[in-house]
Amino acid sequence: MALLDMKQIVKIYVTGGEEQVVLDHVDFTVEEGEFVAILGPSGSGKSTMMNIIGCLDVPTSGEYYLNGRKIADLEEKELAHIRNKEIGFIFQSFQLLKRNTVLENVMLPLMYAGLPRHEQERRAKEILTRMGLKDKFDFFPHQLSGGQQQRVAISRAVVTQPSILLADEPTGALDQRTGAEVMELFNELNQEGRTIIMITHDEKIAAHAKRIVKILDGKMSKGVVSDA
Amino acid sequence: MLRESITISWRNITQNKFRTFLTVLGIIIGVTAIISLVTILQGVIDEVNRQFDSVGANTIIVSATGTPLKQGLSDHEISELVEIDGIVGWTPSVSNTASIHAHETTLEKVNIKGINEVYFARNQEMVVAGRGINYLDIESKNTVCVINTDMAQKLFLGENPIGKSIVIYGVSYKVIGLLDETAGLNSVMTVMSGVGDSVMIPYRNVLSMNGTDRVYALEVYTTEDADVLGTVDQMETYLNQVFNYKDDSYSLIEMENLLDMMKDLQGMMRAMLVGIASISLLVGGIGIMNMMLVSVTERTTEIGLRKALGAEPRRIQIQFLTEAIILSLMGGIMGVIVGLTLAYIAAIVIGYPFELNIFAIVLGTGFSAAVGIIFGFAPAKKASELNPIDALRSI
Repeated sequence: MALLDMKQIVKIYVTGGEEQVVLDHVDFTVEEGEFVAILGPSGSGKSTMMNIIGCLDVPTSGEYYLNGRKIADLEEKELAHIRNKEIGFIFQSFQLLKRNTVLENVMLPLMYAGLPRHEQERRAKEILTRMGLKDKFDFFPHQLSGGQQQRVAISRAVVTQPSILLADEPTGALDQRTGAEVMELFNELNQEGRTIIMITHDEKIAAHAKRIVKILDGKMSKGVVSDA
Repeated sequence: MLRESITISWRNITQNKFRTFLTVLGIIIGVTAIISLVTILQGVIDEVNRQFDSVGANTIIVSATGTPLKQGLSDHEISELVEIDGIVGWTPSVSNTASIHAHETTLEKVNIKGINEVYFARNQEMVVAGRGINYLDIESKNTVCVINTDMAQKLFLGENPIGKSIVIYGVSYKVIGLLDETAGLNSVMTVMSGVGDSVMIPYRNVLSMNGTDRVYALEVYTTEDADVLGTVDQMETYLNQVFNYKDDSYSLIEMENLLDMMKDLQGMMRAMLVGIASISLLVGGIGIMNMMLVSVTERTTEIGLRKALGAEPRRIQIQFLTEAIILSLMGGIMGVIVGLTLAYIAAIVIGYPFELNIFAIVLGTGFSAAVGIIFGFAPAKKASELNPIDALRSI
């Protein structure tokens, strides 16, 4: 069974009494170890796609299996557990807590996982060291460059060993050179066996992925295998 | 988890100190009001109770104004009255105000109290030098007196007053004893008239000064295990006979009853004060709720992120609730400190002993914590129900 399996996903939003079909019978499968880019312009439904993949939202209809588990009609509490365990989010604007240190930011998902504090600290330090941020443990996010902040965010995403790394425009707030470095890091993580799903509107960024699926007006095209 | 919540809360609270201060100000004022009012009231109540307790609960106050034809009680009637079961003694409440002279000193408007030997039998520890007035002094209307230490100081300037004389209405009285009225059981009369200058002489001498041989008011003492109601019943029967069933010719007040009534009244006063002070706590609570709602809005993104990273709704709720409770407890503790300080100052100004009132402290902190929970609940609930998608989008 695929790591992520979506069948006939429909998402309808009702605004002002009018129904708006945002995702229209989408089928989407991701195998373990893949690096997939979901490419689409704004308003195409890619953000909704990301929310559903990330268990931040549930589809109106259709089936979604993540790591063999059916994600439908789950309570908010169970969704929270799945997000914590299975998904590593990477956001465009990093979303680091500005009042917390680098180390505390990376420890955060482990805290929600209920790990003892010394274990949180050990794992967070290990991953930050790997990301080349060994001397930044006690820095606050605003004391770091954009690239460094995104590496903290990536550390936070991978520290829980999630099934999927889910990145939303991960280079959107970075300059070209730093963006390329982040993509390089993604490739490395993928080579280590991490499954990555990246949502972007930028074809050049999407080209870093091994497979690209295009989304337009809530419909998804068949995957194209990238030459990257 | 709790430790984490407290750490996070503390960071947020100390982030904007001025705003935090303004927010908790309402609670500070509310708790200050409760603590200081309750402590001050309690201090006054304790002082009044101490004085009444010094009278003793086994006292019945008899006021016998009588009828126009028959005013007061004669010695014979009193001796019959105190024959009633359960009564162990009595003291008259008679007094006069006069100028007194000693050496070359004159004191104006001194309270002259007429007492009997029972007064001293009950209060032996009050006589610090010499002796009290005894049965013989009463019977033979001896011109002897007992004065208190204040008086002795004023009249004899530190010399031993025993054996010296003072003159009241031209009659010379020999000082036989020195009194410390703050010690021992008291009579209601001395409590009411306060511990000032006073001279005690055999009561029949005072009656003579007043131009009568009848007593209008007295205190009757009962045994510890007396059936007070039964005794009062019998006293009423007797007094009805004496005054021929005339309305309002006499009244009996049991101290025990009076003390109970006073305690009820004090309880009511305290409840009323707490009620009034609670209004300011309510206002303070609304202030906290307002700040928490603002805080939830300000931190929407943070809440969304925490949820995305796996925080359960309950966890977010506890987080915000903790913050509200810490805020109001901070206000509560500051209120306790300010309130006790005010109460302390009041105690010095009014002049009664300051006592740390545990009830008030528990009340203040308990109330403020409750305010935190009640007014923090809605904002915390709101935060926990935020949709992480909307929350993350609001960047």
